[in-house]
Order: sequence, then C-alpha cells, then structure tokens
Amino acid sequence: MINILWFLFIVFSFLVAALNGRMEQISPAIFQAITDTVNLFLALIGPMAFWLGIMNIAKKSKLTDLIASLLRPIIKLIFPDIPENDPASGAIVMNITANILGLGNAATPLGIKAMQELQRLNNNSTKASFAMCTLLAINTAGLTLIPATIISLRAASGSEDPGIILFTTIFATLFSTITALIFDKFFRLISS
Amino acid sequence: MPELVSIISAWSIPLIIFIILFYGFFKKVNIYETFTEGAREGISTTLSIFPYLLAMIIAIKLIQVSGLIDLLVNLFKPISKILNIPQEVFPLMFLRPLSGSGSLSYTAFLLQEYGPDSFIGKLASTIQGSTETTFYVLAVYFGAVGIKKYRYSLLVGLLTDIVGFMAAIFICRLLFL
Repeated sequence: MINILWFLFIVFSFLVAALNGRMEQISPAIFQAITDTVNLFLALIGPMAFWLGIMNIAKKSKLTDLIASLLRPIIKLIFPDIPENDPASGAIVMNITANILGLGNAATPLGIKAMQELQRLNNNSTKASFAMCTLLAINTAGLTLIPATIISLRAASGSEDPGIILFTTIFATLFSTITALIFDKFFRLISS
Repeated sequence: MPELVSIISAWSIPLIIFIILFYGFFKKVNIYETFTEGAREGISTTLSIFPYLLAMIIAIKLIQVSGLIDLLVNLFKPISKILNIPQEVFPLMFLRPLSGSGSLSYTAFLLQEYGPDSFIGKLASTIQGSTETTFYVLAVYFGAVGIKKYRYSLLVGLLTDIVGFMAAIFICRLLFL
C-alpha cells in the first residue's frame, strides 16, 4: 500500500507541477527535502540515544514491568494479545505516558522501543501485528494533556492567554483517541 | 492554569529521569553501562529509520511545492462548506497528517493573521495541538522495525485525524463563539 501511495504522491506532484508551470521548483524541493531529512535526523539522533539509554535502565531494573503491572487491567483491555508480564507492556506504557505529558522528543524513541518489543512478539514478520496497529492508532490520535509546542507558539505570538486552548485540546484528543480505539477494534474484527 | 502547565512541563522530565536512575541504582543495575548500551541501540535505530524519513519527506515536499495540496484543498472545498468548516482552517485538514512543520507554520501564519486570541486563532491552535502527523508516525514506527504491510493503520490514522478535526471545531464553537 505504501508503495502505491509513494508512487502516486510523486507522479501526481510532477503532473501538477507541470500543469502549474512550477517544474523549476521541483529539483530545488528535492534537494531541500534531503537537507531537511538530515536536519531532522540530527535532531532525532540525540534524543533517541538519550531516551533509549534511560529506558534501558528502566527495563533492566524491572521498573517498566512494575509500572506495567500497575496498569495491567487497562493494557489487557486495549492490547489483549500481549502475554502477561511481557516487557512490551512496559514499553507501551512509557510511550503513552510520554505522549500524555507532551514530552515530544521522548515519545518517539519510546514508541520505537515499544514497536521493537512488539516486533519480537510478531516473530519479526514484515506484516504489522494487531497490537502494533493499536499502538499506532493511539499514537496517531495524538492523546495529550499538555500540548507544549502550541502553547509556546501562542505565547510567542503575543497571546493574552496561551493556555486557554488546553481544555479544548484535551477534549479533542480524548475524543479522537476513543474513536481511534473503536476504529481499530472494528478493523481488527473484520480483518481477522 | 498556564502556571500549572509550565510547572508540570518543567518538572516531568527531570523527575522521570531521576526516578529511573534512582530505582536502577537502588536495584543494583550498572546504570552507566546500561545507559550507554541503550544509547548505542538508539543510534542504530535512528540510522535504520533514515531511509524511510527521506522517502517520506521528499514526497511531502513535492506535494507542497507542486501545488498538489492546494488542488486537493480546492477540490474538497464544497464538502467543507457542507460540513460548515471555517475556510481559514480547512487547509490544516490536509497539511496536519502530512507535515508537522508545515502545519505548524500554517498555524503560526493564522495566529499572526487573525491574532492568537481570535476564534480562528484558538481553533487553529486546538487543531494543531490535538492531532498528529500520521504519515510521519507510521513511516518512523513501522520503518524502525521493518514492517512493510501496514494493514489498516493508515486508514485508522486518517479517519481519526478527521474525527479529531471535527471534535476540535465542535468544542471550540461551543466554548469560544
């Protein structure tokens, strides 16, 4: 699917650029995208190393297992196919916590860590497991209690009350996370 | 309320790090070696997602500069009128799942144009804060573990983006109009 999508994105972009007379912007855009990727990579590699380092301590000391066991009922409900006492639960809890607390640069490394644990349970298949789909449904829904980036952008734009969007944001993410879980359950049922 | 948010923001990361280090040390884990081992793994993981990031960022950049995104926005404009979506924030519906930096800069533009405390400013902020860059999340998370078949993940992600978008409009109309 991503194969077709990538092809369509690029082919249609070329077509539309040709029709709009914007062909001269295409190659600079490609090279700009390459530079952007390197910059993103550089921005990502430090937090990735740091948080996976910290997480490794949490895992070896069995702290993640402890946290996961406290939240077991919820995990069991949302991720029914993860075996009890599996380290995957701990990693998932850490990822969701980082999202909720708005720790942007920690959420991605912790999410990848959780994906690695789930991939172990998936026997290193190239097809996503149901648990992975659920984890991604939660991550793409953007559940958060502290939308830190947008609050600082509002403050920088001279807002009198940067935090006024806090409640509306929590409401919208809570609503979309619940629907994401429902969609996920629905598609899981019809595809299994 | 903003004070509480900044206190939580300031304390959460140091506190998490402190608790993990303290617990590890207390449990007699060799925290220094364990940290560096995990960090090394972090570097190799970042390297392994680079190709996926590159492929996706090129495609998204092309969609933006070619004018394909504007075309899509115009194509779907009648639907936005039926659903009563404010025209100013409608482009965010397309930008948000594709590009985090693109939608953030569009939101910054709206905040500047209409003022952060206007209805449009608050609505755009809520949308930006409450949805995720679906394509980025999928490419990075699946790319990191070598998943090629995404099943229904993209569909669920995009449907959820629409729901989040509509929920943001609903709650903002209720509270800010």
